[in-house]
This record gives sequence, structure tokens and C-alpha cells, in this order.
Amino acid sequence: MTELKQRILPTVQKPARYTGGEWGEIKKDLKDVRLRVAFCFPDTYEIGMSNVGMRILYGVMNKMDGVWCERVFAPWGDMEEAMRENGLPLWALESQDPVKDFDMIAFTIGYEMAYSNILNMLDLAGVPLHSRDRHDLKNIVFAGGVCAFNPEPLADFIDFFSLGEGEESTVEIVSLYDRAKAEGWTKETFLQEVSKIPGVYVPSFYRHEYNEDGTLAAIVPLNGAPETVTKRIIENLDTAFFPTEMIVPSTEIVHDRANLEVFRGCIRGCRFCQAGFSCRPVRKKSPEVLYQQAVEIMEKSGNNEITLSSLSTSDYRGLKKLTDELIPYCADNKINLSVPSLRADNFSRELMEKLQTVRKSGLTFAPEAGTQRLRDVINKNLTEDEILNTCANAFSGGWNNVKLYFMLGLPTETDEDVLGIADLVYKVIKTWKEHAVNKKRGLRVHVATAYFVPKPHTPFQWEKQITPQEYLRRCRLLKEHFYSKSIEYDYHGPDLSRLEAVFARGDRRLGPVIEAAVRNGAKLDGWDEYFNYAKWYDAFRECGVDEDFYTVRGYGEEEILPWDTIDVGVTKKFLKLERKRAYEEKVTPDCRHGCAGCGASGLLKEVACDA
Amino acid sequence: MPRLLFEKKGNAVWISHLDLMRLFQRAFKRAGLPLTHTQGFNPRPSVSIALPLSVGVESRCELLDFDLYGEKPSNEEILTRLNAALVEGVKVLAVYDEAAKIKHLALLECVVALEYDGGIPEGAVEQIEALFNRAEVTVEKKSKNGVKEENIIPMLRRLAVIPADGSTLELRALVCCQNPTLNPMQLNAAIFKYLPNLAPDFARCRRVEVFDTNETIFR
Repeated sequence: MTELKQRILPTVQKPARYTGGEWGEIKKDLKDVRLRVAFCFPDTYEIGMSNVGMRILYGVMNKMDGVWCERVFAPWGDMEEAMRENGLPLWALESQDPVKDFDMIAFTIGYEMAYSNILNMLDLAGVPLHSRDRHDLKNIVFAGGVCAFNPEPLADFIDFFSLGEGEESTVEIVSLYDRAKAEGWTKETFLQEVSKIPGVYVPSFYRHEYNEDGTLAAIVPLNGAPETVTKRIIENLDTAFFPTEMIVPSTEIVHDRANLEVFRGCIRGCRFCQAGFSCRPVRKKSPEVLYQQAVEIMEKSGNNEITLSSLSTSDYRGLKKLTDELIPYCADNKINLSVPSLRADNFSRELMEKLQTVRKSGLTFAPEAGTQRLRDVINKNLTEDEILNTCANAFSGGWNNVKLYFMLGLPTETDEDVLGIADLVYKVIKTWKEHAVNKKRGLRVHVATAYFVPKPHTPFQWEKQITPQEYLRRCRLLKEHFYSKSIEYDYHGPDLSRLEAVFARGDRRLGPVIEAAVRNGAKLDGWDEYFNYAKWYDAFRECGVDEDFYTVRGYGEEEILPWDTIDVGVTKKFLKLERKRAYEEKVTPDCRHGCAGCGASGLLKEVACDA
Repeated sequence: MPRLLFEKKGNAVWISHLDLMRLFQRAFKRAGLPLTHTQGFNPRPSVSIALPLSVGVESRCELLDFDLYGEKPSNEEILTRLNAALVEGVKVLAVYDEAAKIKHLALLECVVALEYDGGIPEGAVEQIEALFNRAEVTVEKKSKNGVKEENIIPMLRRLAVIPADGSTLELRALVCCQNPTLNPMQLNAAIFKYLPNLAPDFARCRRVEVFDTNETIFR
């Protein structure tokens, strides 16, 4: 007779995402395994399998003797329903064993909208949601990823956080657990010991006290915990672990290709960008190592596409050398090489043309703001001339498809700035008319505006978010000024970005809200099919929490911030200075034109910042 | 073009037809067997599978045509190298050059296993046999142009009803698989429609063999 899970699979969409068994999956014999880690990605298989960080840490942990790390993803709604109906607890892909049988449960969190999925996955696994209700060493829950840079909204649920890059710290954490398990430590003892590993933050070791107006009065470290916890970084990327034996999904995922990270950090300093500040300092990887890894990964995976990734790939010094070698290799082997995150200002025609010999990909710019004044405020050092020149180059090279991304609601933004977006778009159209080699196909300009979300650890971390009504007014204002048939304008409703803003700068009082929302059925909030603000609205009301406190209020510069315990290397003093320069409409040159003194180089001991 | 015979079973049955094509393209690449590419704006590696297999269906008679670039290794070597590069559940059983024309592929032998958790109901074999001995049995068929009723009997060459164990009844059938095509799971749909008392708790299907119109094994 066919077992339960096999009977459910034919009834759900894309069943292959629940079965494991892909090329490159790591299986171990349980008799050689002392410690099992369920590595959870709080979104679907298609999203999670596209995440490079997870692939790296999966490899790191499985390389450890006696440790078996398996993957777990959030089920789609149809599968969740079947699981709940049949009492089938959440399982890990490799062994198909229930998550609750695992020693450690890890989450990687890259997006605030995944918070509901974390709770929902723990619930589906049959693991208590609250840290305080999990008494044993078994099922310890820890998390990392960019959202760990303000972990407070999750403080009730996650036992400890691993801050920053995990190639080394994960090994230290898992080894300590191995010892704790062998020696029979209590959970308390383990938390005490793990908090001594640099980069580990144990939220229960801090008491948050509030003023009457709701702002933080104090963050009190307990049990001798340090005042601040500094994120971890890898100094030498050439020798750091990188998985050249990747899992090749048997079903299509979002980024179905090999991904090679060319460097870490960013020299640009766009003032709204969390990654730009929290991923500093800049560390390079050598083109020789990258080429070797590219060839190895392509041969072992059989992929037909590889992407060179980083926050701003044009700023990678070895780009010419690397692409000079990779382009012929890719052409010979019918591999599509994609190089996203190229900047308009140094997106050379040469590289564009060379990439074109393999396959023509789209042209995308993110000017973020419509006027030079506002681009100076946000320090997006991209001029109109640079955009139009690059477009001219591209149009004369045969491109006829441009995507332009902007934000609405940036600090100091006026209607003039909003209409500046329309102006810029018309200039792009004009440029096309002047330079297009083939006008028959027509031009498509895809314009998208996002609702600005102030993020922690950026110069805009204190800023107000504009109200949803005001955001929509600006969207409509812009829409009224788009007449051309070539323009396709997209804007999302404000709810998701509003919620993202709440959690990005949230504090511990949001824990009950997340829990209530999940109880109301919130899940897969990053998906239009599931996102429903009403569930969250009710949760906020149930818990007596006002969204506006975290969004339109704005934070005072002297206020204690929920994420003050977390040190990402960039100093608060620098962020304040950058904020002041923003209001003065002064740009700060990129790090290569002179160190602005952000402080992140202080994280380096062996090498210098490669900005 | 050379052809290979492969099986698909275990967890691999959940891989869809399109995903399976991609899986083979990558496996060829991993095996160091470069496929030729189609001409055109978006060149694609030339692999084609004779009969798309529905998700969830097991098979030991799948056929895939492919074309290699450059000097072709021996068929034994292709088989060995591909199998070392394929996922568990997908296995190449034979590689050969003398491939029959796909248009002569006509019949499919398959098994639909009906599982009755409370044991096989009394009289089930006789009732099911009687059902498929009728001149007309219509079931809904979904197509691009909507849903229509279709008589499946003309596409059913033979059917035997055999108890496999106390709770599983097997329908061993020979059905048309090209112009027109009968999806074997339609046999289960017919039972649901005409014999609701004999509707199984679960049904699964497996392909056993493919034939030409003369019932000669098709390769």
C-alpha cells in the first residue's frame, strides 16, 4: 500500500519540491552522524534553492565530520493544508525525517516578510514557537541572514542569532553543540557558552525597558553578556569555503543557474541601502580563483547559465580579467554568462557587446530618484548623462528594452522629484528615437516604483516613512504624467512595504503581533496569492501595537534603537554624518576615491579594506 | 539520431516532463557528452522524449532521442557515463542507433493499481471487467478547448483485472498512446463515474512497455 506522503504528492502543485533526491544532494549514513541540523529557509523551495548563502552553509556544515545538515522549505498552501489535515509534520528533504527529530533547527532570514513563515514552519514541525517553551538542548533554534541585523521582532522565538558571514562561525557554533550534546549540557549552559563565540547574539540575555512614550529606555545586558555583538566577516575570500558541488534542482527554481560571488561589500554608499553598509568592508576574490571555481561548478553541475553576483559587479577590479577568460569558455560550452548589477556609469560598451555574443539580456537601471538633487541626497552617484549615454550605447547596440527602478517617499522628496522621474523616462525615449538601429520592434520602457522603507544600519535609519496615502498620491501623480505607449508603469500597493518598514525597525513588542498574525493565517507574505494585510491589521489591533510608531513617526537621533546591540562595523557617528550630508544635498564620493571613515575596516585584522 | 531507453521510478516520478528534459540536458553536460543545439533565436540542446509522462507515473519504457556534437563515444560508454550523472530513480537501460520512427509508436502496456484500504470489495473484479466490456464508457477529458466527454473503449485494446494482494487490484491494460491517446488514469476515472462503490482509496499508474500497431515491442 502506498504510504501517506506518496498519496498526498499527486494532489499538490509541483510535488518534486517536497521529495529531495536532486543531483548533488548530500546524504549521510545515520550511524556516522552525531548531530543533525535542519536548515530551514522560510519561503518556498524555488526561492530558497536560489539562495547562495544557504548553499554555502549547507556545504560548510556537511563538510563537518559527524554532522548532517538537511534542507527544509516552507510548503505551498496546498501542501500545508494536506499536511495539517493528515497530521503530517514538516520534514527535511534529504532524509524525509520530521524536523522535530533534529538537534539544531537553523533559519536563514533575508527578508522581513518571511517572519510569518518562520513561525508557521515551527508550528508545522510541531516545535514550540517560543524559545522559553523549548526547554531542552534538542531543537535549539538559531538564525542568521541580513534580518539578524535587527533581530528584535524575533527575540521571543529564536534562541540565538549568528551575525554576519557564517563560513567560520557556523562551524564554531555547531562544534560547540556537538560537545554540548556529548557532555549532556543543559540548554542554559549551551546558550551561555555559545554567547562567547564572537558574532553570536542571545536575545534572552538582554532586557529591553521602555519609556512611557514607547521608545526604548534601556537595553540591559544580563548574565554578563556584552553590550554589543559584532558581526563576523571572512577576510580572505580566496580560501573561504565555496561549494563547487552544487545541488542541481530537478524542478525549475527562480534563479536556475550557478552563482559566483565576485566580491563582498560595496564602495558606493547609497544612503538607503542596508546591504551597502551592513556588508562592509570590501573584500575581493581573485579572478584566478573565480575562474577555476566557475569551470568546476559548471562541469560538476551541468548548468547552462552562470551569473556573476555582488552588490555592484562593475566595481569588481578583476572584472575585465575574469570576463576575458570566462566569455570564451562560456561560448565554447554553450553557457549563458549573466552579469547583473553593472553600473550605468562604467557599463562599458565593450563588455555589453561581448556578453551579447553569448546571449542578449535586458538592460536595467536603478536611478532610484528622478532628479539630480534627490539622487545627491541619497548618494546614488549616477547622473542623467550617464544613464542616457549608456542607453544610447545600448540602443545603438540593438537593445530595445529598458527597465528603470525608482523609489517614492525618499527623504526630502517633493512633487518636483516625482515628476523628475517622468522627465527622465521621456529623455530615455528620446534617446531611443535618436539612436535605435531598428525602430520596427519599438521600445519598451518598464518603470517600477517602490515605496521607500527606512532600514537599520543606514544613514536613513531614523527617517520617517511617508504614509500609504501619500505614497499612493505620488504614484498617481507620476502615472498621470506618463503618456507614451512605450511606458509600462508598475507600482505595488503600499501594504507590504509598510509592514516591511514596521519589522525592519521593529522591537520586541512585535513578537506577539507576528504570532497573532500567524494564528490569523498569515503566511507566505512575499506572495501576492497569500499576502493579506487584514490578517496583520487584526494582529496589530489585538496586541495594541500601532504600526505608525515604527513607520511614519521617525526615530530620534538620540533615541536608543532596538538594534543598538548589533555592531555591523559601520559606526553610528558615520551614519549620522552621512544623514547630515544627505540633508545638505552633498554627495560622499565612493570609497575608491577616498575613505570616508565608515569604521568597517576596523573589522579586518589580516587584510586591508579593498575599496 | 541515437535513442535511449530509460526508466523513471521512486521519487523521480514527481519530476515533470519539462523538468525531465532539463534534467537530461544537464546530465549529458555533466557526463561530458555535448549535445548539439537546435538552430534559431534560442538554441536548445537537442533532446526529445517520445511520450510525455504524467507526474506521478512510474515507467520502465521511456524513450529519448538525442544528438551528440563531435565524435560519438560507444553506446556502452554513453550509458555508463550518463547513469553516473543521473539522479536516483532515472536510469538509462539501453542506448542504440537503430531507432524506429516515432510515428509508428502506437500502443502502451500499463498497470493501474487500485488500492482499497479496507480490502478489495466483493465482486470488484467481475464488475470492473463488465464495465470495460461495454461498447461505450465515457469520461471527461480536459483539453485546450475545454472539457468534453470521450468514449474510451475504442482506445482500449485489452484489459485484465488482477488482484495483486488483498488490498490492491491491478488493471493491466493495452491502450492507444498516439493519435488518439488514452491516459491510463482515465480507467480509474471511469470506475469513479460508473462504479462509485468501487472507487479506490488511491490509484497509481505505471508504464510497462510500448508497441507499434502490430504489437511488436517498439524501440
